[in-house]
Amino acid sequence: MGLFSKFIAKFTGASAFAPADWAELEAELLASDIGPRLTRDLLEAARRVKSENAQEAMVQALSSRLCLKSRLPIINQGGMSVVMLVGVNGTGKTTSVAKLAGRIKASGATVVIAAGDTFRAAAVEQLQTWGARIGVEVITGKGSGDPAALAFDAAQRARAMNADYLLIDTAGRLHNKRDLMQELEKVRRVVEKITPVSEVLLTIDATTGQNGMAQAKIFSASVDITGIILTKSDGSAKGGIALAIESELDIPIKWIGTGESTADLEPFAPESYIRGLLT
Amino acid sequence: MFDSLTSHLSATFSSLRARGKISHNDLDASCGQMRAALLESDVALEVVDSFVTEIAGKSMAALASMQSGRNQAQAIFEIVNSLLIEILGGSARRVRFAKNPPTVIMLAGLQGAGKTSLAGKLAKFYADQGNTPLLVACDLQRPNAVTQLQLLGASIGLPVFCPEAGNGVGDPVKVARDGIAFAKAKQHNMVIVDTAGRLGVDTQLMSQACEIRDAVRPDEILFVVDSMMGQDAVRTSQAFLDGVGFDGVVLTKLDGDTRGGAALSIASLTKRPIMFISTGEKLSDFDIFYPDRMASRILGMGDVATLAEQAKAALDGDTSKKLEAKFASGEDFTLEDFLDQLSAISKMGSMSKLLGMLPGNAAMKKQVGNFDDGEILRTKAIVQSMTPHERVNPKIINGSRRSRIALGSGRRVSEVNTLLERFIAAQKMMRQVRSGGMPAGMGTMAMPATAPIRPELAPKKKSKSGNPAKRALEESQ
Ligand SMILES: Nc1nc2c(ncn2[C@@H]2O[C@H](COP(=O)(O)OP(=O)(O)OP(=O)(O)O)[C@@H](O)[C@H]2O)c(=O)[nH]1
Ligand SMILES: [Mg+2]
Repeated sequence: MGLFSKFIAKFTGASAFAPADWAELEAELLASDIGPRLTRDLLEAARRVKSENAQEAMVQALSSRLCLKSRLPIINQGGMSVVMLVGVNGTGKTTSVAKLAGRIKASGATVVIAAGDTFRAAAVEQLQTWGARIGVEVITGKGSGDPAALAFDAAQRARAMNADYLLIDTAGRLHNKRDLMQELEKVRRVVEKITPVSEVLLTIDATTGQNGMAQAKIFSASVDITGIILTKSDGSAKGGIALAIESELDIPIKWIGTGESTADLEPFAPESYIRGLLT
Repeated sequence: MFDSLTSHLSATFSSLRARGKISHNDLDASCGQMRAALLESDVALEVVDSFVTEIAGKSMAALASMQSGRNQAQAIFEIVNSLLIEILGGSARRVRFAKNPPTVIMLAGLQGAGKTSLAGKLAKFYADQGNTPLLVACDLQRPNAVTQLQLLGASIGLPVFCPEAGNGVGDPVKVARDGIAFAKAKQHNMVIVDTAGRLGVDTQLMSQACEIRDAVRPDEILFVVDSMMGQDAVRTSQAFLDGVGFDGVVLTKLDGDTRGGAALSIASLTKRPIMFISTGEKLSDFDIFYPDRMASRILGMGDVATLAEQAKAALDGDTSKKLEAKFASGEDFTLEDFLDQLSAISKMGSMSKLLGMLPGNAAMKKQVGNFDDGEILRTKAIVQSMTPHERVNPKIINGSRRSRIALGSGRRVSEVNTLLERFIAAQKMMRQVRSGGMPAGMGTMAMPATAPIRPELAPKKKSKSGNPAKRALEESQ
C-alpha cells in the first residue's frame, strides 16, 4: 500500500495519526522534490483536515497548488505558430522537439523544425536524424554558429513554405550564464521581427531538485515561459519540483515526457500527477 | 553550488556567535536551521537527519568544555566542516591504473547526465598527462551520440573507436569488446567507454550495462550524475550500484547555481567517492574533486585553493613569477598585483566563476553570479584611479580618498567600497594560503560571519565607527 492510501486509511479509520506517521508523510513529500517549504505547508493543511473528508481534503491541498492557467497549446490563429524549446543542458529539448513535431504532423498540420542548437557537437545531426525518422523538414544554419541568424532564416523560410508550425530547438544552457540567456532573448527577438512567438516551452527533467525553481524563474524572466514539459517521467523520480513551480510561478505543466521515442509525450494529467507524488 | 546552504549556515553561525554562551536550546535551534538548509539543498532526508544528529551529539560534547560563545561557535563550525569533508569522501581519490594496460574506465548514468562530454573531458585530461586514451562509442541509442563523440575526439586529436553509427542500430556489447581488443593492438594505455543513458528502473538496459561491463572488465566504473539532481539521487544511485556497480562518482554541470546536495546524498549512501567535477561546456572545464575545498565552499570560506591554482595557470610567466616571488618573500598581495592579474584573468574566461571562488558569504556570491564580465573594465577603472601608494597600501584609502577614486573612475563610492572589501578578504585568504596551505586547518581561520564582505549583509551596530574609512563605508550604505 502506498503511503497516500495508508494516510487516507488512517484518516478514515478510527485510529489517530501517530507522530511516526507524520514523519513518514513528511519523508514521502520531501522525497517527491516538492521542497521543504511546500511540504511544511501541506503538512499543516493536512493536520487541520477532519477525518471524514480527509481524502478529498488531501487531494485538494495538493491540487490547490496547481496553476489555473490553460494547459492547451497556444496557437497563433490564422498564422504560423512558433514554438521555442528552452532549458538547461541535457533536459530533453531536442527529443521533445521531435516528439511535438511528430504529434503535430500526425494531426495533419504542417510543421518544420529549426535546428537552433548551433553550439553542441552533433546537435544538428541529432535533430536531422529525428527529422528523417518522422518525415519533417529540419532547417539548419549556414555554419555561422549564430543561433539568432538561423532562427531568423528559419522563420522566413517556414513562412514562405506556409507551414502551420515552426518548432525551434535551442542549445542547452545554464540559467545562471547571463550571456547565454541574452543570446536566447535575441533568438526570440529576431524571430518576432518576422512572426510572433506563440509559445515558449521549458523542459524540466523530472529528476531535478530544488534548482528547478531557479531554472524556471530565470528562463521565465528572460523569454517568458508559457509552459513546462516535464521530461523523463518514466524513471523513479516524481518530478515534484514542477508542482512547486506551478504553485510559485504560475506556469502550467503542459506535457509529460515518458520515454525516448517520439510517441512518448503525453498531455499533462493533473490528477494522476498529484497521486503519483505520494504513491 | 551550495550557495543557499552557505547562506543558511552563515546565518546559523552568526546567530550562534552573537551569544555569550551557547545553550542547548540555541544548539537545537541551530540544528533545526541546518536541517532546513540541507533539505532546501536537495540532500536526502535520511542523510540530513543522520548528519544533524551527529552534529548535535558532537557539539553537545564540545560545548561542555568551552567557556565563551565565540569559542563554542567556532568549535561547532569545525565539527560541521570536518563531518562534511568526511562524508564527501575524505581526501581526493585518483583513478587506479591497471597493472597491465590498458586502464579501462567505463561511464554510466541517466540520460542527459553529461556522459559523452565527460568522456571527451576525461580523455583530454589524461592525454594531457601523457597517456594515450582511446574513446569507445557504445552509446548506440541516442541519435548521433556517436557523431558527437567523434567530433569531440577530433577536436582534441584523439582516436574514437566507432564501428557502428548508432541511432538505434548495432550491439554496444560487441563494440565495447572490440574496442578493448583494438586498444590492445594499438597499444593505447587507456580506454574510456561511453555508454547510453539509462534509467535506474530499466532492468533490461541495466543488464545490458552489465554485459558491457563484463566485456570490458573496467578498472573504474564512474557514475556520472547531474549536480542539479534532487531526492531521486538516492534511488537512482542505489539502482546503479545494485545494477551495474560503480567505483566513483562524477558531478556534472557544477557551473550552475545548484546547491548540489545530491553529492552529499550519493557519497554518504553509496560510500563511493566523488572523483571528478565537470564545470562547463568546454573540454577543459573539468577538475579533480576536492572534498575539503567543496566543504569550505559549502561553509562560505570560498574555494581559494582552486582560485590560486587557476590564477597561477592563467597568468603570464612574468606575472606569475613576480607573484610567486612575492609569495615566497612573504610580501603582501597588493592591488597592483590585482590589477596585473585582471588582464591575465580575462584570458581564463569567466570572471564570475573566479570571483565565485573568493571567500565571502552567499549573498555576495549571488551578486557575483550576476556579475557581467564587463565589470572587469569597471574594476580596472577603479584600481587605475588609485595612486600607486594607495594600491600598495589600501588601508589608507579613507572616505575622502574613496570619493575621489569614485569620481575619477566614474563609479559609485559603494562600488569602490565593495571592491576594497573583496580585495582585503582575498588578501587575507592569500596570506592564510601561504601560511599553512588550505584548508584542513580551518581552526586557524576566522569564521565566515566575522568578516562579512559587504557590511550591510551582516547585522550591524547602529554606532558610527571612529575609523574614518569604516565610517565612510557605513555612511555610504
Ligand atoms: N527516459 C527518457 N529519456 C528521455 C526523455 N526525454 C529525453 N530523454 C533522453 O535524454 C537524453 C537527452 O535528451 P536530448 O533531447 O538530447 O536533450 P537536450 O536538452 O536537447 O540536450 P542538449 O541539447 O545537449 O542540452 C537523450 O538520451 C534522450 O533520449 C524522456 O522523457 N524519458
Ligand atoms: Mg539538444
